[in-house]
Amino acid sequence: MKMSVAAIVFASCTALPALAQPDPTDWATVLQEARGQTVYWHAWGGDPRINDFIAWVGDQALSRHGVTVTQVKLAATADAVARVVSEKQAGQDQGGAVDLIWINGENFAAMKDKGLLFGPFAEQLPNWPLVDVAGKPATRMDFTEPTLGLESPWAMAQLVFEYDSARVPTPPPGAGQLLDWAKANPGRFTYPRPPDYLGATFLKQVLYGVIDDPDLLLQPVDPATYDRVTAPLWAWLAELTPALWRQGRAYPANEPALGQLLADGEIDIAFAFNTGRASAAIAAGELPATIRTNVWTGGTIGNASFVAIPYNAAHAAGALVVANLLLDPQVQARAQDPDVLGFQTVLNLAALTDEDRARFDALDLGIATLAPDDLGTALPEPHASWMARISQDWIRRYGVAQ
Amino acid sequence: MTADGALRFAPRLTLLLMAVPVIAGLAGTLRPAFEAGSVARLLDWPGLPRAMALSMGTGIASTVLALALTLGLVAALQGGRLFTLILRLLSPLLAVPHAAAALGLAFLLAPSGWIARALSPWATGWTQPPDLLILNDPAGLALTAGLVLKEVPFLLLILIAALPQADAPRRLMLMASLGYGRVAGWMLSVLPAVWPQMRPAVYAVLAYSMTAVDMAIVLGPALPPTLSAQLVLWMTSPDLSIHPVAAAGALVQLGLVLAALALLRGAETGLARLGCRLALTGIRGIRADRWLAPVVGGAGLLVVLLMAGSLAGLALWSFAGPWVFPDAWPQHLELDAWARAAPGLGPAALETLLLAALSTALATGLVLSCLEAEARFGLKPGGGALWLLWLPLIMPQVAFLPGLAELALRTGAEGSTGAVAAAHLVFVLPYVFLSLAAPWRAWDPRLAVAGAALGATPGRIFWRLRLPMLLRPILTAAAVGFAVSVGQYLPTLLIGGGRVTTLTTEAVALSSGGNRRIIGTYAMLQLALPLLAFALALALPAALFRNRTGMRPGA
Amino acid sequence: MSGLVLDRLEVRAKGKMIVALTAVVKPGEVLTIMGPSGSGKSTALAAIIGTLGPEFSLSGRLVLDGRDVTGLPTRARGVGILFQDDVLFPHLSVGGNLAFALPPALQGRKARRAAVEAALAKAGLAGFADRDPATLSGGERARVALMRTLLAEPGALLLDEPFSRLDAGLRDRIRTFVLDLIRAERIPAVLVTHQPEDARAAGGRIIDPQGRPVQAGP
Repeated sequence: MKMSVAAIVFASCTALPALAQPDPTDWATVLQEARGQTVYWHAWGGDPRINDFIAWVGDQALSRHGVTVTQVKLAATADAVARVVSEKQAGQDQGGAVDLIWINGENFAAMKDKGLLFGPFAEQLPNWPLVDVAGKPATRMDFTEPTLGLESPWAMAQLVFEYDSARVPTPPPGAGQLLDWAKANPGRFTYPRPPDYLGATFLKQVLYGVIDDPDLLLQPVDPATYDRVTAPLWAWLAELTPALWRQGRAYPANEPALGQLLADGEIDIAFAFNTGRASAAIAAGELPATIRTNVWTGGTIGNASFVAIPYNAAHAAGALVVANLLLDPQVQARAQDPDVLGFQTVLNLAALTDEDRARFDALDLGIATLAPDDLGTALPEPHASWMARISQDWIRRYGVAQ
Repeated sequence: MTADGALRFAPRLTLLLMAVPVIAGLAGTLRPAFEAGSVARLLDWPGLPRAMALSMGTGIASTVLALALTLGLVAALQGGRLFTLILRLLSPLLAVPHAAAALGLAFLLAPSGWIARALSPWATGWTQPPDLLILNDPAGLALTAGLVLKEVPFLLLILIAALPQADAPRRLMLMASLGYGRVAGWMLSVLPAVWPQMRPAVYAVLAYSMTAVDMAIVLGPALPPTLSAQLVLWMTSPDLSIHPVAAAGALVQLGLVLAALALLRGAETGLARLGCRLALTGIRGIRADRWLAPVVGGAGLLVVLLMAGSLAGLALWSFAGPWVFPDAWPQHLELDAWARAAPGLGPAALETLLLAALSTALATGLVLSCLEAEARFGLKPGGGALWLLWLPLIMPQVAFLPGLAELALRTGAEGSTGAVAAAHLVFVLPYVFLSLAAPWRAWDPRLAVAGAALGATPGRIFWRLRLPMLLRPILTAAAVGFAVSVGQYLPTLLIGGGRVTTLTTEAVALSSGGNRRIIGTYAMLQLALPLLAFALALALPAALFRNRTGMRPGA
Repeated sequence: MSGLVLDRLEVRAKGKMIVALTAVVKPGEVLTIMGPSGSGKSTALAAIIGTLGPEFSLSGRLVLDGRDVTGLPTRARGVGILFQDDVLFPHLSVGGNLAFALPPALQGRKARRAAVEAALAKAGLAGFADRDPATLSGGERARVALMRTLLAEPGALLLDEPFSRLDAGLRDRIRTFVLDLIRAERIPAVLVTHQPEDARAAGGRIIDPQGRPVQAGP
């Protein structure tokens, strides 16, 4: 477990075939090799703002390093994982279609487990020293899974609740209060149906609030104690469900669908895995200007978004350049701009030059965004097995209406 | 002689092009179904019975409703002004891609949708959307409605294309002179003549409705979803161990479709017998006309209004500024969404056009060769051959495309425009064949004899007589093929390796994000391309034969 | 030897003899095959024009102007046909229908146009070349159809109840027009009909599809 960075680098250098794979420690050669390459970045394509940002990163990559970036817009990240899996099954160990994937959690665990990833590379990137490893442990721990440098972080995310202040003057600050509020306002709250990522995250968030010993969540699920440990969660849900939107007979499919319900005035409280989403959506005219955000007093779950490079990527050098570019202070500051994305930076502001720090200080957080100090504790993501088990259980209880 | 030889080979080549991808893909995809435990795990899924029932129920209900409405419209109203109006408004809707239609309809009907907004608060008293379960209802009613809306234009087009060969006006006149009501007369005298030509289209609609994925995801229930929607969820799950279960599910889905087709076949026979018995009773069905005409007319108009409203809603969203409940209209209109989408729209539209043109040209050429070979050498496809042609329409796409993508990967073909066009061909060709075979075969054979007796070679008869006389159905079939190609999502995504970007792949990717404004822009363009093809298919023969009364539809 | 010779031309289906014809039709002569529906008239017709289906077996010979055409495809036989309906090509103008029939040997736009105009004039339809066939009267269409058949310069002519769909007044005139033209052009012709009146007007031998002589009316 305790393997030094040098050992990992050494292991990777000896294990990799010499000819095709670039070496991130020899950055000059990487840059040289990358020039003229086209990097196919497979990323969820459901949000035009994110697509615009990726296109902007592409412009930067081209003008700074001569690397062309093409976004392959996915309906689900798993599509890209499945693609690499089938390439491996077909024996295509070089020249793969996927150069870079926006990834985390389950998808990362699956690819890591099957040896489908290039690297380690993340901690050899020139911009890595700027990353706030100490203050944001999620940059190296993806759902309790050590990243081992097989993926590089580029944005922090934290669960925040979004509420319409015109209808909800004081938003519920915890699981118990949310339940009371929902019972008092039936039909005005819902959550995406698990196994959707955000829906499952909501269940984990509630679990954090009702479980006796939260530390259990950082261990893999213990089948022996699972039922007893999660009983409060199911009891809470049983009470909530009749008061849900559509009495729990239908659920939105995912985060955007949930956001749309808030925008259409069908619900009064929603939530997102992006602290700046509400402000950005208000600025774009997609949400009423009365929407505000809050977090729970015990903290909300936070995690990081990463990029990874498949083992058989055709343009690994170009992908490395893009991964490093994503850690560039100018790029990070743009991502944090609520008018652009409103994603929180992964960088340690103290490690930046004054000029770069000023870029972040100049950002207007936006009307609905909490200041970093008001975001409270970022709870670590539970072990990935919790997400799978809870989702499965939810489907059994609510997902196949008997 | 060599041309003759090539023509003789055309049917076999075509079947090969249809069968090999489907069978190879099927083998590749279904192989995991036979892994130990796959079937048992599928059976363990508590949602299975309900998902199967939903697939079957929504598929059959929507097919029956769409068919009844189509037949009713033609039987009760053809020739009248209302019919012409409905037909004119419905035919362009054939080109609407399923996903766009579903999203538009969802916005129209939702408790916070356009209809509710237009009526609130003045008529309804709602200042916030009511908590009503209209979309995604557990019984699949919204999904059924969406499928009916989408299939009526298709069935109507097929029926209208088949009618001229049935000599409907004279049959109807005869029935009327015998004292029969209009609808009863049509059902007893015209329907039996057009049904053989319609049958394949109805089977295709049934198979499609049972396995539609995009519509089921937007409008259908989710707890559980229909079987095909669940299969896609499993197949795209990051949990790779669930993939064999999906394969087993695909096998079940195949069985369901076959069972439903058998059921339909049985119903056909039963109804035919009933019809014969009814005809013998001499019941004239006069009274039925009085209530049927307004009912089907109203239903037809409703279909038109719902579809038009869905599309208008999407179009409006693409220009909308802030637009909150219960405003009936956005606060202001703007071009932001179009400006944001513009850089991506151009290349995607071009790629879409290229793929559709390639696959449609190839499909039309092959189908014409097959039909001409049939006419010249009597190489009529047997039952087995027809089934092969049908396979791509009956197979759930998720059941054979992953295997096919793997095959393309092995041969190094994936990711190229050519490979994607070839994959489109598999879906385009059957539709072109289905649309064209009936009018082609119904062409008066005496025209060919007359040509031959005048000394014309088979080639001359083909190019100078058959082709120009059948130009309208040929172009219509090509336009159908074009629209099918434009709407392809899974084949483009999987065979293209994500590197072939069309309007549809972009629109579906965006639809997962629910941004109605951007979806609106892509849906509008996605609609414009096939619309253009259909407009050409109508305008070209009309312009070429503007002085030929005998070439008008229905002449 | 000029003319059309049916030399023990026999058609069987499932062993049953349907057609048995032996006859010599001299140029300008009309042989009439008469019988009620189902008597094998259309089979006889298909045997002569060359469109018999595979379920039939044919024996004997068909000789046209000394040339054995029995095994030839329809287009190479030199046998023209007039159907019950005119079977004009709806996508071509009247002139286009006629030009379609002109032998390719006749070269040049002008020459072909002239031949078409001449044929129309002969049929009393001068100036009809650019008309839409669908706008013609029944009699006009019948005459166009005949002229189209003759322009292909057939060695023999087959008439498949060509007058039965015409109304009574028109019928006599068209029949006279057709029969006169056949005599004038000296074409051997076979008329298939169930109307004794047509058979009498044709003025030649009358037989049934099995070759037995038939008495045409009073």
